[in-house]
Amino acid sequence: MMVPEALALSAVLFTIGVIGVLTRRNAIVIFMCVELMLNAVNLSFVAFSRLYGATGQVFVVFVMTVAAAEAAVGLAIIISIFRHRQTVDLKNINILKG
Amino acid sequence: MADFLQSIGYHGWVLPALLAIPTLGAVLVWLHGFMQRDTSEDAVAAGAMTARRLTFAILMLEFLVSIGLWWSFDVNSAGWQAAVDWPWIDSWGARFSLGIDGLSLMMVLLTTFLMPLAVLGGWTSVRHKVHTYHVLLLLLTVGVLGVFVAKDLFLFYVMWEVMLIPMYFIVGVWGGERRIYASIKFFIYTMVGSLLMLVAIVYLGWQAGILEGRPNFAYDAIMNLPEFRPIVSFWLFVAFFLAFAVKVPMFPFHTWLPDAHVEAPTAGSVILAGILLKLGTYGFLRLAVPLFPGIALHPTVRAVIIALAVIGVIYGSLVALVQPDFKKLVAYSSVAHLGMVMLGIFALTPESVQGALMVMIGHGVSTGALFFLIGMIYERKHSRIIADYGGIAKVVPVYATLLTIVALSSIGLPGTNGFIGEFLVMLGSFKTVPGMTTISALGVILAAAYLLWALQRILYNPLDKPENKHLTDLNWREIGLMAPLIFMILWMGVYPKPVLRRMEASVQKFVQTVEAKAAQQSVTITMGGGR
Amino acid sequence: MLLLQEAAAAGAHPLSGSVAEWIWLVPVFPLIGFLVNGWLSLSSVAKIGPKDPTAHHAHHGHETQGHGDAHGHDDHHHPAAHKHAKLVSIIGPAVLWASFGLSVSIFFALSGAHAEAPFVKTLFSWMPAGTLSVDAAFQVDQLSMVMTLVITGVGSLIHVFSVGYMREDPGYPRYFAYLNLFVFFMLLLVLGANYPILFVGWEGVGLCSYLLIGFWFSEKANADAGKKAFIVNRIGDFGFLVALFLLYANLGSLDFSGVNAGATQLSPVVVTAICLFMFLGCAGKSAQLPLYVWLPDAMAGPTPVSALIHAATMVTAGVYLIARSSILFSLSPVASLTVALVGALTAIFAATIGLKQWDIKKVLAYSTVSQLGYMFVAVGVGAYAAGVFHLVTHAFFKALLFLGSGAVIYAMHQAYHHTGNHDDAQDMRNMGGLRKFMPITFGLMWIATLAIAGIPPFAGFFSKDEILGSVYARAHGSTLADASLLGIPGSVLLYAIWAIGLVSALLTAIYMTRMMLYTFHGGNRSGEKERTHLHEAPWIMTGPLVVLGALSVAGGWLNLPNFFPAGPVQALHHWLEPVTGEAALRITHGAEAHLELATEYMLVGIAIAIAVVGIAFAVTRLRTETLVPKAQSPESEGFERVLEHKYYVDEAYDKVVVQPLVGVSRSVLWKGMDAGIIDGLVVNGSAYLARGIGWLGARLQSGQVSTYAWVLVIGVLGVLGAFTLR
Repeated sequence: MMVPEALALSAVLFTIGVIGVLTRRNAIVIFMCVELMLNAVNLSFVAFSRLYGATGQVFVVFVMTVAAAEAAVGLAIIISIFRHRQTVDLKNINILKG
Repeated sequence: MADFLQSIGYHGWVLPALLAIPTLGAVLVWLHGFMQRDTSEDAVAAGAMTARRLTFAILMLEFLVSIGLWWSFDVNSAGWQAAVDWPWIDSWGARFSLGIDGLSLMMVLLTTFLMPLAVLGGWTSVRHKVHTYHVLLLLLTVGVLGVFVAKDLFLFYVMWEVMLIPMYFIVGVWGGERRIYASIKFFIYTMVGSLLMLVAIVYLGWQAGILEGRPNFAYDAIMNLPEFRPIVSFWLFVAFFLAFAVKVPMFPFHTWLPDAHVEAPTAGSVILAGILLKLGTYGFLRLAVPLFPGIALHPTVRAVIIALAVIGVIYGSLVALVQPDFKKLVAYSSVAHLGMVMLGIFALTPESVQGALMVMIGHGVSTGALFFLIGMIYERKHSRIIADYGGIAKVVPVYATLLTIVALSSIGLPGTNGFIGEFLVMLGSFKTVPGMTTISALGVILAAAYLLWALQRILYNPLDKPENKHLTDLNWREIGLMAPLIFMILWMGVYPKPVLRRMEASVQKFVQTVEAKAAQQSVTITMGGGR
Repeated sequence: MLLLQEAAAAGAHPLSGSVAEWIWLVPVFPLIGFLVNGWLSLSSVAKIGPKDPTAHHAHHGHETQGHGDAHGHDDHHHPAAHKHAKLVSIIGPAVLWASFGLSVSIFFALSGAHAEAPFVKTLFSWMPAGTLSVDAAFQVDQLSMVMTLVITGVGSLIHVFSVGYMREDPGYPRYFAYLNLFVFFMLLLVLGANYPILFVGWEGVGLCSYLLIGFWFSEKANADAGKKAFIVNRIGDFGFLVALFLLYANLGSLDFSGVNAGATQLSPVVVTAICLFMFLGCAGKSAQLPLYVWLPDAMAGPTPVSALIHAATMVTAGVYLIARSSILFSLSPVASLTVALVGALTAIFAATIGLKQWDIKKVLAYSTVSQLGYMFVAVGVGAYAAGVFHLVTHAFFKALLFLGSGAVIYAMHQAYHHTGNHDDAQDMRNMGGLRKFMPITFGLMWIATLAIAGIPPFAGFFSKDEILGSVYARAHGSTLADASLLGIPGSVLLYAIWAIGLVSALLTAIYMTRMMLYTFHGGNRSGEKERTHLHEAPWIMTGPLVVLGALSVAGGWLNLPNFFPAGPVQALHHWLEPVTGEAALRITHGAEAHLELATEYMLVGIAIAIAVVGIAFAVTRLRTETLVPKAQSPESEGFERVLEHKYYVDEAYDKVVVQPLVGVSRSVLWKGMDAGIIDGLVVNGSAYLARGIGWLGARLQSGQVSTYAWVLVIGVLGVLGAFTLR
């Protein structure tokens, strides 16, 4: 049934995503990595739905919807930041600094 | 008079009325300001004048309503009078219960007496946000009177905080240059003390209502609580002590006072010195001492408090001596006078406690008057620095005469109210704490030194500053404002008997109960071996 | 209850229902005078301010009209008299005459009634609190009536003199208001039936003294002098207050009758403490060591004020207080000896300073301090009647001397005023030879000088001789002689005091003669032009002088000694017996202190000889020709210089007391404790602490999303790790 393999793949993808978020500076790349993490989670949801019923698949639909909305808003924010600052390097964006 | 008052059921409604009048008045003045749409300069000035007149009228009404208490008060009774007891927040056990006795009667009258004068004192000096200012004054009246007449500890606490906030704004908005610093200092100082008091009050409330399963904040119920373990009483006492000691202010909790006094507008200083400080000593008389006599009269605690009081007398006078700012000088003199009050309360003889109450009243009148006079000269020259004056007695003789009389009363010259209080405090205290009283009597010398020196540098000496030659003397409003104060100064100095008689029964009861309870508790304390 | 008993006791008194019931009117008259004059003064100078006093409105150049310019010493003459001057000139003295008239009639009622107990007139209950009951009550007895007569009698003479002296001053009504108020408080002081009322008067006269010394307040020195007087007096008042507290704590009463009745039950230590504290009060009010420093400065006031307050009445309040409390003092030999010793030391100390003063009023001021010392010697050794006797005669001749000096200053001043000279009108170096210009004043002042020097038959001779004789007698046998002070036997001390008294008498004769010589004899040094303007003062001023001169001559008849029975012998002594007799007897072991007639003749002989020697010494040794006007005088050298600078006591007090007090208050208490430790460290410190913690927290917020993400991941891993490893 390949559930362990699917979960292993999900873990690998998630880790790649986390490392990407932590190490990259470009907002677009980080954004992509976040998407990657979401999809890794989606994969494990689907895999688990084989064992525990369809709820997992329902969640996947939700996550994809939210991710789409988030992508739209997120990209819009990034673009507006780019227009404002001519860069999307996170090093330079620290207005939360205390 | 008493019969007439009885026939209109005066005692049944007077205390709630005293709280209701300024509350409704505040709403009225606020509405008047709120409705005003025309923002042209003339219209605003006219509106401001209406606000002043309205507030003055309301507070005069308040005074007239309260003055009946003078006659209706039964001098032979030490218990609650004019009491009302209405349900308020049932589930918390808090009731709207009011009453006065000999300890609070004169405080209430002092408040209602000073408040209309305070409005007159700010007549021309408060020029912006006039409506708000007067709304705050009225709310302040509610808070102060509420504290004095509350017979329920929860109500007491609420009123205690109610009065804090208007004062904070009065200092912070209409004050001098460093008003923000002063008002925040005032607020935080007071808040630190009063929050501890809240904890203590809640604890006491729960203890009193332990059988009913909900708190009971009624004063009498809490007074009748069986005694606590010494360690509990001690910490409860400390909580009350801090709240009141800050308010008094006792050395070393006094440093908010000079700042607040100096920065506050005239009316603010008058109310602060005249009334608000008395809330601290009143708190000791009403709560801290009678609730925990075992602690308050414990030799160590008592010695420490009396020592702090006497340090306050000497220290306040010495620091007052070197102040370049007249308002600050008076502020430090308040520390000294209130030290005298604390000495009287903790010496715990009938004479000294009556004297302490007399000092409270006398200080309210004469220091209030001093602040009014400082305010008047400040309006003319915009300086409180003593060195900026000199020789002005020639230019403003009426002002000079009044300032001299008021300063002499503050010095405690016999024939003025200041003497009666201080003399009684020291005479009574000498019986229980002779050494400390003797030291505090040195304050008599220092008081003369700092005030007369200031008086000389302001009124006398050569008139060497050309700009002072154009100072104008007091106008009729200002003379009319000072007249009742001068009258009180002389009247209470020459014939204080009516005032003393009204407090006598309650003071006797206070001294007796505290002594009896303390004697009872000291036995257990020594047996328990704790504090 | 107590009140009722007192009322009953008063009801049985021979004076009840008599004119003595009106005793309260005696002080009330001057009070009325004060109110009227005060109102006239204030209403004439007051200019009601504008409705809105705020500064920017007030700058429309109100030219303030002079209510006088800066005044110098007695530099007060102003062309225009006050608009109410006439009215004030009538009211001011008239209220005193009214009081005097009433006092005289009460005096006769009292002397006719032969009352042994005092008559107490209670007006109302003043301070009832706890067990304390203090009434506003007046006491008519032999002592209070003597004092009342002196105050109202000498007082009215000085009031009349003031009309001439102060009439042209722009503050004329204010002056009379203060003067009337002073008399009111002074009468309260001597008539009060309990210590608190006495204290009201005590403080009240201090206040009036303050106001009158600083009457010309535009001169800083005058305002300083007033303030100094009040504050130094307050140091004494502190002692007085503590004495009252001790009395109340031990006896539960502050009435004279209650205290006197209970005094014998007090323990000796307590009595001594009470008396010593009380004496501190007396030392302040009556200018004794070490609190005498204010009195010479008090000469800054107008000269009639110096005569009334700082010579005749107020400064003798301490003597009155001790005589009034004689029962207490007689119970404490230690305190009595202290009083006598301090009195003697003051007498000689002030007399030496008096030798080298140039200001005519300063000479008289130190002379007053010295004479007050004599009075304290008298009441210290238990010769209360002698003390009061000297008080009375001193009031006569010292008032005369002051008023006479006032007339001199007035004349000098008028002369200077005419010529526009700004020299010191009070410095004797600028005077000289005035006898030609002011013969009446000259003659009268010589009478007073002979009186104070102790030449018979003038008043001062009898009173001073009585004091010295009493000291000598007490040294022979009394409770004081048996006691000891600081390890020195009482009898030795008393002999020493007697000797000091004699030396002071010598010095008195010298400095007074010196003053007369320099002022009235020799050549005139005031200047060519000025000389033509010198003349006698008007009759309204010399009239009172003549009356006082007569009193200075005849005053001794009040209390003639046994060896000189030219009338009723020891009249004052017997008159005062109901008040001070018991105490005096206690000190002398119950026997009247009589010396052998031979001894008495010897003492009198010594006293007269000393006075004559003093005068002769001054006349022969002092050369008026060598004097030059103040401006050209060289600085004196050596000990003379020390004397001229009054032993540098003022400077020492300033360095040792005033400056350290102010310095410590400013730098240690205010800047150090208040602003430094409490505000700086504790109050603002806690604010800084809160801010510091916040600052550290803020540092964690880098603003870098990736940092937050790292922290998040580490946190998640940590939590997961913790769960896994558990």
